[in-house]
Amino acid sequence: MSAIPLDYETLRLIWWALLGILLIGFAIMGGMDLGIGALLPFVAKTDEERRVLLNLSGPTWEGNQVWLVLGGGAIFAAWPAIYAASFSGFYIAMIAILLALILRPVGFKFRGKVDNPTWRGIWDWALFVGGFVPSLVFGVAVGNLFLGVPFRLDDTLRVSYEGNFFGLLTPFALVTGLVSLAMLITQGATIIAARTNGVVADRARRYGKWAAAATLGLFVVGGVISLFWLNGYEVTSLQNVLGPSNPLNKTVVLAQGAWRTNYTTMPWSILAPTLAVIGSVIAYLALDLRAKVLGIVGSSLSIVGIIATAGLSLFPFLMPSSVDPAASFTVWDASSSQMTLFIMLCATIIFLPIILAYTAWVYRVMRGTVTTTSLNRNPNAY
Amino acid sequence: MVDPLVVELSRLQFAATAMYHFIFVPLTLGLSFLIAVMESVFVMTGRQAWRKATLFWGTLFGINFAMGVATGVVMEFQFGMNWSYYSHYVGDVFGAPLAIEGLMAFFLEATFIGLFFFGWDRLKPAGHLAVTWLMALGANFSALWILIANGWMQNPVGASFNPDTMRMEVTDFVAVIFNPVAQAKFVHTVSAGYVTGSVFVLAISALFLLQKKHRDVAIRSMVVAASFGLASALSVVVLGDESGYVATEHQKMKIAAMEAMYETEKAPAALTLFAIPGADGRPAYQVQFPFILGLITTRSLDRDLPGISELTEDAAARVANGLIAYKALQAIRANGNDDAARATFDANKGDLGYALLLKKYRPDIENATGEEITKAALDTVPDVWPLFWSFRLMVAVGLFYVGFFAFWFWKASVHRLESSRGWLKVALWTLPFPWLAIEAGWFIAEYGRQPWVVEGVLPTFYAASGLHVWDLVISLTFFLVTYSVLLAIMVWLMVRTIKHGPAEKSVLDLSEDFTPPTRSAATLEPAE
Repeated sequence: MSAIPLDYETLRLIWWALLGILLIGFAIMGGMDLGIGALLPFVAKTDEERRVLLNLSGPTWEGNQVWLVLGGGAIFAAWPAIYAASFSGFYIAMIAILLALILRPVGFKFRGKVDNPTWRGIWDWALFVGGFVPSLVFGVAVGNLFLGVPFRLDDTLRVSYEGNFFGLLTPFALVTGLVSLAMLITQGATIIAARTNGVVADRARRYGKWAAAATLGLFVVGGVISLFWLNGYEVTSLQNVLGPSNPLNKTVVLAQGAWRTNYTTMPWSILAPTLAVIGSVIAYLALDLRAKVLGIVGSSLSIVGIIATAGLSLFPFLMPSSVDPAASFTVWDASSSQMTLFIMLCATIIFLPIILAYTAWVYRVMRGTVTTTSLNRNPNAY
Repeated sequence: MVDPLVVELSRLQFAATAMYHFIFVPLTLGLSFLIAVMESVFVMTGRQAWRKATLFWGTLFGINFAMGVATGVVMEFQFGMNWSYYSHYVGDVFGAPLAIEGLMAFFLEATFIGLFFFGWDRLKPAGHLAVTWLMALGANFSALWILIANGWMQNPVGASFNPDTMRMEVTDFVAVIFNPVAQAKFVHTVSAGYVTGSVFVLAISALFLLQKKHRDVAIRSMVVAASFGLASALSVVVLGDESGYVATEHQKMKIAAMEAMYETEKAPAALTLFAIPGADGRPAYQVQFPFILGLITTRSLDRDLPGISELTEDAAARVANGLIAYKALQAIRANGNDDAARATFDANKGDLGYALLLKKYRPDIENATGEEITKAALDTVPDVWPLFWSFRLMVAVGLFYVGFFAFWFWKASVHRLESSRGWLKVALWTLPFPWLAIEAGWFIAEYGRQPWVVEGVLPTFYAASGLHVWDLVISLTFFLVTYSVLLAIMVWLMVRTIKHGPAEKSVLDLSEDFTPPTRSAATLEPAE
């Protein structure tokens, strides 16, 4: 163990931050395509208009979705206990997400292969479901982290889940679900507004403004509920930040307002919700003023702010247990071994800059406005 | 303990979704390289027929790739959904190659596949060619990391059980990467993918020749497929042999079951060509070749091959030994400072997994009876006959393709690809064979590892999530229906695309800024 140049506490903090960065990466990049999918039937009415949107996503959506695949892999590798407990606990919700993720690639690829309105209509719905459902369900899942998830651990650390799918759909979780949906729709709308023109862009701006306003409003509502109303979780025993990843070595209590603690002990963390608010205001104004790049920047900033707010409010919790709070997973007791965290950090340091570089290059090659005339030049267009 | 029905349904679901996924993966692996080769020839020669071929096979590749992505994401999530104790128990080791697969391989493949389809009119020919190769490399790197993960389930090296966290943790990641089982599996599996891609291209080109259509694309594609296919088919068989040799070192029970070899074969072991099971399940009648199995598996004439009976006795000893480790583990959990217990545990922890086999019979396994230990040892024997026959099917197809591609390579060399309609029909009608062999191969690899999910470390029944039967009924029905509908649509779309054939005049050729890729054209700016 002495061969590892970073201590366990630092590595755990880095991987907590990296988990946030990967989720933010997915929400910004993959969120564009999810938002476009959710807006597809409303912003684009004719087949040509829909093709414009699909070909706007088309060249890059597969790469964007890898942020999610990578996020899943990183949770597995760095936070295996969370991966095990959340994916099995949220089983039916995961099936709903998988339905959407199955429909998206085939929807993009198959839709344009047959020139028939019924055929295309079916795939339009598939793509709408593929954008709408995950956007909502991801937010519902995060809301349930604030409420605590009904799971227990036995002494072999086997997780058993005591809730069911409908138990996830509490009012607060629906608010967070809608925050997520509105946030990703805003993201999709700002991209459409920036990269198309005419009536499609106009509609996108109109829906985008509504979505940005909804993001802001729902975020504030969710924030007030979680800070002042909900019972938060609090670790009451001293946690060994260098200790083995075993959640059963601590005590935890529920306390009203506990999700407020970090904003008093770490006042700088107030920056996250501030960023969320400012970002959505910028997105709204930019859509209103037809400022293309600024819209994307504002929407992306609000995504950073919202996800950072969730992470910082819960810290050090990752997944509290509502039925056995002592079994809650925290940053200090749910990670991989020090060696695995270090190996994965090395891999990330090597590959993430390379990924960012070639992704940027692909976006540069594909830059420019997508219009109906530009579609007909490419035989591979969707 | 998890409901046995939930375990069985979870296994069925994982097997079904994995086998569906692996309908598409081999074609992605093989076609990506074949397309890259064809496009390379186009860029080097500037001949339009090669571009037509690249675009045509690229269209089929894209349809197949969409299905690969749709079924692939499911695989990554299912470990946590259905195998949560597995994910907890080995996530520290198994999660890392999956995450690195995303970082190093899938990102590369998925980012460049968009540009492969959408970059034709935005990149110079050499630039597009680079994109195609990067996409193909991404697909193959992806296979490497997935097979490193799977190889670890077959031969769990470089990791050790930590009593404080109740899970396996990495001790030597280099050993995990250079696991001999993983390396042999990687080359064997990607080669099988190359054979699949080559058979696909050869069969559809044969169809075009039979229909006397698209001759320019068909002839060229066949030449590439026959050469690439021959090299790959040889590689599959040679590396399959390597897999057998490696498995002999690490998975003796699997080899014994594949060979229906109940009693130890004295050196040099004979190879059973086929056998008929008797009433007791053991071979009643068999046709054997002397020496051959010993040569394949041990590369010697003087080593015995242990049979199922002998291996079961070994397993009983390991269960008993594993109980020593299990009792020491209980003592450590009662008192973390019990150094004597830690020493006992460390000396015996290699067999801890064998003790866990007893969990099927009682929760308090420290009180297991001798009879239960015998039962647990017998559980280490996989079902012999399904493995025996799948293995023979796989080998037969593999050997068939060595001959098949040698023949077509010869026909291509002497420019007689079109000389016989009969042989073209054979090429067309044997199109499904590679999938039979590949699915059989995965069946042997995974079913042959039972009762283990991680060989010798974690029993499958112990690794499942504690879901309700209804959860599984819903998800299994959902997957089977969705996948089957999508598979039918995909096949229909492929048939349509094949009927339509390669576009005679590409839209790209008509665009004003298109110039044949001569050296001077390389200076052209990409179109905005």
